[in-house]
Amino acid sequence: MALSFKKQKQGFTSAYMGIYGLWLLAFVVLPLLLLLVESLQDQNHHFTLANYQAFFTSGSYLAMTFNSIWYAFLITVITLVFAYPTAYFLTTLKNKQFWLLLVILPTWINLLLKTYAFIGLLGQGGLVNSTLTAVGLHPMQLLFTDWSFLLVAAYVELPFMILPIFNALSDIDPLLTAASRDLGANSWQTLKKVIWPLSMPGVKAGIQAVFIPSLSLFMITRLIGGNRVITLGTAIEEHFLVTQNWAFGSTIGVILIVAMVITMLLTQDKQKGGRS
Amino acid sequence: MVEKMPILEFSKVALSFGDTEVLKEIDLVLESGKFYTLLGPSGSGKSTILKLISGQLQADAGKIFFEGQVINDVPAEKRRVNTVFQNYSLFPNMNVFDNVAFGPRLKKMSEKDIQDKVKEMLGLVKLSGFERREISELSGGQQQRVAIARALANDPEVLLLDEPLSALDYKLRKELQQELRNIQKRLGITFVFVTHDQEEALAMSDWIFVMHDGLIQQNGTPEDIYDEPINHFVADFIGETNIVPGIMKHDYLVHFVGKDFENVDAGMRPNERVEVVLRPEDLDLTDPANGKLVVTIQDQLFRGDYYEITAVDDDMNTWQVQATNPATVGARVGLTFDPEDIHIMRYNESEAAFDARLESYEDEEAEAALQAAKDDQSQSGGQG
Repeated sequence: MALSFKKQKQGFTSAYMGIYGLWLLAFVVLPLLLLLVESLQDQNHHFTLANYQAFFTSGSYLAMTFNSIWYAFLITVITLVFAYPTAYFLTTLKNKQFWLLLVILPTWINLLLKTYAFIGLLGQGGLVNSTLTAVGLHPMQLLFTDWSFLLVAAYVELPFMILPIFNALSDIDPLLTAASRDLGANSWQTLKKVIWPLSMPGVKAGIQAVFIPSLSLFMITRLIGGNRVITLGTAIEEHFLVTQNWAFGSTIGVILIVAMVITMLLTQDKQKGGRS
Repeated sequence: MVEKMPILEFSKVALSFGDTEVLKEIDLVLESGKFYTLLGPSGSGKSTILKLISGQLQADAGKIFFEGQVINDVPAEKRRVNTVFQNYSLFPNMNVFDNVAFGPRLKKMSEKDIQDKVKEMLGLVKLSGFERREISELSGGQQQRVAIARALANDPEVLLLDEPLSALDYKLRKELQQELRNIQKRLGITFVFVTHDQEEALAMSDWIFVMHDGLIQQNGTPEDIYDEPINHFVADFIGETNIVPGIMKHDYLVHFVGKDFENVDAGMRPNERVEVVLRPEDLDLTDPANGKLVVTIQDQLFRGDYYEITAVDDDMNTWQVQATNPATVGARVGLTFDPEDIHIMRYNESEAAFDARLESYEDEEAEAALQAAKDDQSQSGGQG
């Protein structure tokens, strides 16, 4: 099956590559260049490095950068902690594709809708607080806290962590588990010595898929974090939409892209193409 | 006969997957230090037996004993057996050393002992010096050697081998067959080898279990099974064979293809319908006047060390003959064979009944021979 698919693919390759190349050029390469050019200009469209200088000498922007990385890191860790056992459990189920679909389903719903749903849950008159009141406890400030921001961000990103880990775990030959047990390893030792190392490519892909977008979250920081959590994503939004300082917004954008590329390089699969 | 405690025993072990009965009440006894083979076509249940021994599968019914103790509920990692898997199942994230050291490390052996163990095992499978190689750098044969070393590094009482050679080419397979046999003899542990290749089974085993449809059809030494197959399936599965219907007129006289032949089988009802087995290598070509059967040569294949000749008799029965000299296609020739070459199979005879019958008339024969010898002696004594 793989072979016929490959053959079929080869037939379309040139046509595909043409269309895809144009797409890349128009929607990836050109915008990135525009962003770069914009970031290297002052208000009068003259070349300058002042924007970068301003960024790296400003305490608040550096704090924001640190904040972005710190929160993205926390979101990544939280999703990983929940996603790995979930993905592992999913691979042991009979109808695993069905259950996986249920896990992925929330990603089909608009991010804004999900965010508002959480406002409904966590708000002062929300489900959580009214339940607390009902059982005789004091309502708590849930919305506009670091915790609520982390909860919602992790919830939104979770499927993107589960999916690659699930795929990596599914690719592991079940006979390797049998072999490990056969050689005297219990379930925990098998997980530690065989399953976890072999699922690393999926874990790395999951980290990329969660960490990078988390660096530039802005809707959740605003609606759930109540702008208490200010990340580079929030700053970009401010500069483009509120202060109209496109040059500085672009500068932050370029810096974020560089940060993402570094993340990609750090989590890259270093294995040589020797895997069969 | 001294009863040695069997190392492994199955008592009425059964297993089904849904509606499919994979094993139907299997009984088997394995003694320590022997090379056993489970032989059968795919789907016969032979690998299932292996997985029940290793603990990969749980029996629905029956008991499995290891050195006299029931082990049905003992998890795989606590059983003193190890498996060599069909597709090797080496850990791709570890090099050769780490793969072989996997079991010893779990046993918390000292680093020095682990080093020694790995070295010894790699020496045993002729891969000394391969410690630092990655699995992906090895050929199929080398990977299988690592898999054998990895399983043996755990000092198992029983080594289970699940069609370990089936993915290798002919020459390499022959080489590894020899080596496995040598390793088994050297270590003196029990091997349970699963294969669908009858030639491999005959060459390597002390004892063979022929499996079909979730049942053991016959078990015995390679010679027993080859020379005295119990039924059509076994006769057909173990090597090339000619099987024709016949009638056992009385002890030591069988009728087939329209003629009566003397033979050496007995213990059946008079005029019982039977199947007659004649191995191709037991048939000799001669001129038609001297032949017990007269056939026409239809086809001939050169097999290197012999000619595989297909011939047809006048009743349109096909006969396979192995001959050292070529024949002429279309020629009429005679076929001869000795009474001992004829093997008789009864329909639906159980293995126990088959063994009992063989024993009864073999005893008679032995007694008769003894009597004859005595007579002979007394005669000569009288003369002297």
